[in-house]
Amino acid sequence: MKYQQIEITEKAAEVVRKLKEEYGEVIFHQSGGCCDGTAPMMIEKEDMYLDDSDIHLGQLEGIDYYMSEDMYDIWKYTHITVDVTEGRGSTFSLEIPLGLRFIIHSRIMSGEEAASLGLSGNMLDNK
Amino acid sequence: MSYSKPKFKEKYGNFINGKFEAPISGEYFDNYSPIDNTFLAKYPRSKKEDVNNAVAAANAAKEAWGNTSPTERATLLNKVADIIEENLEEFSLVETADNGKPIRETLNADVPLAADHWRYFAAAIRAEEGSAVELDKDTVSLIIKEPLGVVAQIIPWNFPLLMLSWKVPPALAAGNTVILKPAEQTPASATLLMEKIAKIFPPGVLNVIHGFGPEAGKPLASHSGIDKVAFTGETTTGQLIMQYASKNLNPVTMELGGKSPNIFFNSVMDHDDAYLDKAIEGAVLFAFNQGEVCTCPSRLLVQEDIYDAFMEKVVARTNAIKQGNPYDPNTQVGAQASKDQFEKIMSYIKIGKEEGGKILCGGKPANVEEAYKDGFYIRPTLIEGHNKMRVFQEEIFGPILSVTKFKDEAEAIEIANDTMYGLGAGVWSRDAHQLYQIPRAIKAGRVWVNNYHAYPAHAPFGGYKKSGFGRETHLMMLNHYRQNKNMLISYNKNKLGFF
Repeated sequence: MKYQQIEITEKAAEVVRKLKEEYGEVIFHQSGGCCDGTAPMMIEKEDMYLDDSDIHLGQLEGIDYYMSEDMYDIWKYTHITVDVTEGRGSTFSLEIPLGLRFIIHSRIMSGEEAASLGLSGNMLDNK
Repeated sequence: MSYSKPKFKEKYGNFINGKFEAPISGEYFDNYSPIDNTFLAKYPRSKKEDVNNAVAAANAAKEAWGNTSPTERATLLNKVADIIEENLEEFSLVETADNGKPIRETLNADVPLAADHWRYFAAAIRAEEGSAVELDKDTVSLIIKEPLGVVAQIIPWNFPLLMLSWKVPPALAAGNTVILKPAEQTPASATLLMEKIAKIFPPGVLNVIHGFGPEAGKPLASHSGIDKVAFTGETTTGQLIMQYASKNLNPVTMELGGKSPNIFFNSVMDHDDAYLDKAIEGAVLFAFNQGEVCTCPSRLLVQEDIYDAFMEKVVARTNAIKQGNPYDPNTQVGAQASKDQFEKIMSYIKIGKEEGGKILCGGKPANVEEAYKDGFYIRPTLIEGHNKMRVFQEEIFGPILSVTKFKDEAEAIEIANDTMYGLGAGVWSRDAHQLYQIPRAIKAGRVWVNNYHAYPAHAPFGGYKKSGFGRETHLMMLNHYRQNKNMLISYNKNKLGFF
């Protein structure tokens, strides 16, 4: 069985659909670093220069989900569920004017899940 | 002495061209206090049209301001410092209410340091000299510093007034006009400052625009009427801002966070003395400002032969942290700045456990008084693990310390540098050789040696690697806000003889 590394809650999916309608083509790009980092940022596709250093993790509600390769190195054994909560962020992510923030719930993938995504072993024996 | 929630007006405006202006759309957003999740005030939900007005005002003011003398600019910067200092308590209370940090911190760190950065750049701009070189006996090269013009600055919510005071004074001192966008979580202290200093600068020299990133931040950062962007925040927005700047071929400076190692060599425990006491405090400084610091010493590296004894003291000191009502001057750790931060931090505690990390203390929301139960409080937490774990690699921006051990200098350096960031680091030792060689081997812009979390003006601050570039809180920041005009002068009366 082929597993997915990313998932989305229904509540977050609803927000995605709404923003897609408003902005057209959008993507998720997972941010790191200071302040509001480690959250998926939803941005207009044409706003972001993407290349081989952006790893494509799959699609949520028809939207591509990326993170930079050095972050992927740390996250590759992690299963991600995108959710939404009330909040405010000083980022350029498109949900912010709604008084909402996309957030990540994550867990370490099982060996079987990782193997189905072409990863050997799991994070814990990959020290 | 105890403090309480300060009074706010119902709503505030943007500060454009020397006046408070309502947003053109008439829309505002509600600002809440993370202390108890209660309403503070409404701030403008600015859009592109408001940004255009601010950019126009800043452009109209730039020539006259750029031609003022350093003496005039310094005098005005010093006035701002005096006003901040005269209103220490009011600024501290507003900052605490807006951000959730304890009043002890705002009274003693945020606000006094903010005043000092204005004074520092007032002094720096007057003490500066240009350069003149005689290239040959008839040819002289003069280098004259000129302002860039209009500078856009986008600042974070962890030290709202202090980050303003890191960014605005060097830009103004260098002769630029400024459009500042505070973080939408913390619009209060920037607005209070504009109220207090409304008449100090000529109209248009300093403008403050509130609003959301995609609606106000993006039109500002991508505006063709600005000449530079300075940003502190997370990596995706940093990358976007650089892309927007590339369209205008504008320079940028970026401060994008870190995962700073704090390294303790075995000699710290050679004696049970004042220095050891200082070192233990140095390890516990991860909880300073609720961990919401770009340079939070969030990875603790302890040499294995002192690990157990040292950690016993660190855990005890962490457990003794007084947390709760941020208006109480005895409180040491207050509220996280927002609900989404609270949730993010709690999710990291969960993932740390899943990765096999061992919680040494904390690991849960803090018990606080009934009045603050709707606020966002997390008990300072120690997670023991190894450096490949996500809690060791990602900036959590909360009071979470990831703890591991190392056997020797080589392993300490290897772990310290095994991160995508390079903003801060701490090195603690009684060995004079280590105190020089280890900091040199660490790839970070600021290495604190036998201290941590000091941010004095005149010590440059900035990142290596994915932590960004540019050096703030030092006169070298002036050059990030200036052009170099080279005048190449010939004092020779004779022609070249080519034509």
